[in-house]
Amino acid sequence: MFKEFKFFPEQASTLAGEVDLLFYFLIAVSVFFSSLIFFLIYVFAVRYRRRSEDEKPQQIPGMLKLELAWSIIPLILTMIVFVWGATIYFDSYTPPKDAMEVYVVGKQWMWHIQHPTGQREINELHIPVNQPVKLTMATEDVIHSFYVPAFRVKKDVVPGRYTTMWFEATKTGEFHLFCAEYCGTKHSAMIGKVVVQEPAAYQDWLSGGTQNEPLEVIGEKKFQQFACQTCHADKPNSRGPSLVGIFGESIKLQNGQSVVVDEEYIRESVLEPNSKVAAGYKPVMPTFKGQVSEVSLLQITAYIKSLAKGGSN
Amino acid sequence: MSTAVFKPRPDQMGDNNEKKTSYLTAGFNIRSWLLTVDHKRIAILYLLSLTFFFFLGGMFAVLIRLELITPAGDLMQAETYNKMFTMHGVVMVFFFLIPSIPAVFGNFLVPLMIGAKDLAFPRINLLSWYLFMFGGMLGFAAIIFGGVDTGWTFYTPYSSTYANSNVILAALGAFFAGFSSILTGLNFIATIHKMRAPGMTWFRMPLFIWAHYATSIIQILGTPVVAITIILVALERLFHIGIFDPKLGGDPILFQHLFWFYSHPAVYIMILPSMGVISEVITCFSKKKIFGYEFIAFSSLGIAVLGFLVWGHHMYTSGQSIYVSLVFSVLTFLVAIPSAIKVFNWTATLYKGSVSYDAPMLYAIGFIGLFTIGGLTGVFLATLGVNVHVHDTYFIVAHFHYIMVGGAIMGYMAALHFWWPKITGRLYPEVWARVASFVIFFGFHLTFFPQFIVGYLGMPRRYHAYPEEFQIWNILSSAGASILGLGYLIPLIYFIWSLKYGERASANPWNAKGLEWEKADSPPTQFNFDKTPIVDQEVYDY
Ligand code: HEC
Ligand SMILES: [Cu+2]
Ligand SMILES: [Cu+2]
Repeated sequence: MFKEFKFFPEQASTLAGEVDLLFYFLIAVSVFFSSLIFFLIYVFAVRYRRRSEDEKPQQIPGMLKLELAWSIIPLILTMIVFVWGATIYFDSYTPPKDAMEVYVVGKQWMWHIQHPTGQREINELHIPVNQPVKLTMATEDVIHSFYVPAFRVKKDVVPGRYTTMWFEATKTGEFHLFCAEYCGTKHSAMIGKVVVQEPAAYQDWLSGGTQNEPLEVIGEKKFQQFACQTCHADKPNSRGPSLVGIFGESIKLQNGQSVVVDEEYIRESVLEPNSKVAAGYKPVMPTFKGQVSEVSLLQITAYIKSLAKGGSN
Repeated sequence: MSTAVFKPRPDQMGDNNEKKTSYLTAGFNIRSWLLTVDHKRIAILYLLSLTFFFFLGGMFAVLIRLELITPAGDLMQAETYNKMFTMHGVVMVFFFLIPSIPAVFGNFLVPLMIGAKDLAFPRINLLSWYLFMFGGMLGFAAIIFGGVDTGWTFYTPYSSTYANSNVILAALGAFFAGFSSILTGLNFIATIHKMRAPGMTWFRMPLFIWAHYATSIIQILGTPVVAITIILVALERLFHIGIFDPKLGGDPILFQHLFWFYSHPAVYIMILPSMGVISEVITCFSKKKIFGYEFIAFSSLGIAVLGFLVWGHHMYTSGQSIYVSLVFSVLTFLVAIPSAIKVFNWTATLYKGSVSYDAPMLYAIGFIGLFTIGGLTGVFLATLGVNVHVHDTYFIVAHFHYIMVGGAIMGYMAALHFWWPKITGRLYPEVWARVASFVIFFGFHLTFFPQFIVGYLGMPRRYHAYPEEFQIWNILSSAGASILGLGYLIPLIYFIWSLKYGERASANPWNAKGLEWEKADSPPTQFNFDKTPIVDQEVYDY
C-alpha cells in the first residue's frame, strides 16, 4: 500500500540542495534548543518535586546576566539564519541571462503552458535538464500558485500582473506540479507534472506532436486580428509609436519619467493604455481589457519581443 | 510580614455573615443571567457560548480528517470539503480562539486580580457579549444556509468576485465578533489603568494582567483594520466597486496586506493571554517567584508592538518586492526573541522550586512543550529561502496548530483547571484531569507532527484529494485527531460532573498567591471582596 516511507522530498533542482541544507541546519538548532528545554524541565521537575506541603523554596527573582545571555544568543543565531535564508531567496529571484522562457497561464482549474516554439500543453511542463528555465505567469481569474516541491520553488500567479520564477532541473524524471494557493472548488485538481528530459529527448518532444507555429508567429496573427498594426505600423506619422526594437529599452513618457519596456509594461499598455502614455503621442489607444485573454496577450508580447531582435515589420 | 497567611479563610463561616451570597446564587432566573452586568456572570456566558463554538469547529475538523484518510476525495464532494475547512477555520479563529482566554478568564479575573469590584464599563461588557453572539449567529447562519468556501483568509478576488457561497454572512459574523473584541480590549485597558486597588502598583500586577494589557492594545489597534477590510470585500461583492479585483480596477494583494496587518497580530491575541496563564500556573505549582518578572512583562508589550510589523511574512511568494520581504523577515526574527525569553524564564522558575503536578501544571508544562516546537518552526517560516518551499503546505498547517492548539488551547485548558474551583466552587476529579492532559498531549503530537513531514514533502494545504505517497502521514494524523478529540471530551464530562458531584473547593485550594485566591471566596461573592483589598505584598510572594 505504501511504496515508500519518505521524510524528505527528492532534490531535483539546483536550488533544492541549498534549501535543504538550511533546513537541516534549522532542524539541528531546533533539536538542540527544544532538547535543552525539555531536559531542563524534566530534571527540575524530578529533582525539585514537592516533598512536603510546607516546603519554602529559596526565591530567585532573576539574574540579569543570564537573561541577557538567553536574549542575545538566540538573537545572533536568528540573524545568521536570516542572512543565509535571504541569500537563497535572492538567488532564486534573479534568473540567469540564458534562461529559456516559458509562459504560464493559470485558470480555474488548469495550467496552460506555452513554449516560445509554440508548443502548448495543459497541466504538463516539458523542460530540458540542466537548463535554467524562466516562467512568466499570468492568471485569467483568481490567484493560483505554481509549486514544484522537488525544485523547492513556488510563486503566486496574481491577477492583474505578471509574476516570474525560475529554476534549473538537475535530474530527469517526472515531478509534481501543484497549485498551492486555494482557488476554488477544484483547487486540489489543479495539479500536473513537470517532465524533465535529456536535451535530445526534449528536442524530439518539441518537434513531435501537433504542428506548431512559433509563439511570435501566433502573436503576429493576434496583433493583426486586434488591428494593432493600424496604429503601430513601423512607419512615420503612425498614430502610435513603433514597437520595433523597444523591448528591453528605456523609453520616455509624457510626464517626463521613463520606463524600461518589459512584459509587465506591454501588458499595462494594452490593458490600461492611458496610465503611462509615451512621450509625443496622444492617449488615443483604446483599452483591450476584457477582449484579449492572458494567453493571447502573452503571444502578442512574444511577438513584440521578437521585434526587438532586429526583425522588422 | 504577609498578613494574608494568618487570616482565617473567608469560606470558613467567620466574622461577617451578611454578604455570603456568591455571584452564582445572586439570582436564578434567565433574566438575571441575560441582563447581568457582573463580569463573572458575563464570563460564564462566554464560557458556555465558546464551548459550543469549540465543539462545532471541532466537528468540522473531524470531517476534514476523515476525508483525508484516503488520497482520493471519496467521502464528500470537493465543494463540501472546501466548506469544511473554511468553517473549521472561521469558527475556531473568530468564534473561539480570539475571544477565548480574554473573554472568559480575562473577564472573570481582571477585576479580581487587581482588587476591583467589576470592570470599568460593566454594561459595555455585556454589550460585547451580545455583539459576539450576534456575530456568532451570523456565522452560524452562514453555515446553516449552505456554508462558505473561501478559506478563513477570505483571499480576494476569489472571495469578492468568484465564490458562490455565503461570504457576506460569514464575513459580517467576523466583523461583529471583532467589535466585541475591541470593546473587551477597551474595557480591560480602562480597568487596569483606573481600578487597581490601593497598593496594586504596576509591578505588583500579576503577569496575567500584563498579558491582557498587551492583548488589549492589539485588539484595539488591529481589529478596526480587519473590520474595514471586511466591509471593502462586501462592497466589492455587492456593488462591484473595484477595490481588490483587477478586472474592476482593484489590487488583490492590497487585501492580503490589510488582512494580515490584523491577522498576524491576532495570533498574539490568541497566544499572549495563554502565556499570562502559564506564568500564574508555573509560579503557583513551583511555589516560586517568577524568574525575571520585568523581562516577561515587557516581552508581552514587545510582542504586541513588534507583532504589528511582521505581516508581510505571509506574502513572501505573493510577488511582493524582495526588499519588502527582507524587512519583514528580519522583523519576524526579532519578534521571536521575546517568546524565547518567556520560555527560558518559565523553565528557570522551576529551578529549586517545590514543584507539584496537579492538572493545571501538567497543562502548563504541555504548553511549554508544544509552544516551543511551534515557535521554533515559526523561525523556519521566517527564513526566506525555506518559506518559499513550505508556504501554503501542511508545514504551515502544523506550525500554526502547534501555536494555536498546542499553545493557546493548552493555556486555555490550564486556566480552566486552575481557576475552575474559583469559578464554580467545586473541585474536579484530579486523576481524570491528569489522564486527559496526557491524552491531549499525545493525541496532539500524533495529529500534527506528521503534518510537518508531509508539508516538507510538498503536500499543499486545502487539498481535498492528494497523491498517494502522502497517505501514510495523513493516516497517522487522522489517528491522532481521534485521540485528541477524545482528550477534549473527557474534560467536558468531568467538568459537568463536578458541578453537581465535585467536592466543594476552599477559597484557596492550591495555596496560591494573588487577590483572587487570598481575598475572595470560591465562588466569589457578587462584588468580589467584602471590602476593597489593600495590597502590601509583592507579586508572587511565595
Ligand atoms: C487607435 C490606435 C491604437 C491601436 C489600435 C493600438 N494602439 Fe497601442 N498605442 C497607441 C498610441 C497612440 C500609443 C502611445 C500613447 C500611449 O502610450 O498610450 C500606444 C502605445 C502602445 C504601447 C506602448 C509603447 C511605448 O512606446 O510606450 C504598446 C506596447 C502598445 N501600444 C501595444 C498595442 C497593442 C498590442 C495593440 C493591439 C492589441 C495596440 N497597441 C493597439 C495607439 C494604438
Ligand atoms: Cu489552486
Ligand atoms: Cu504572521
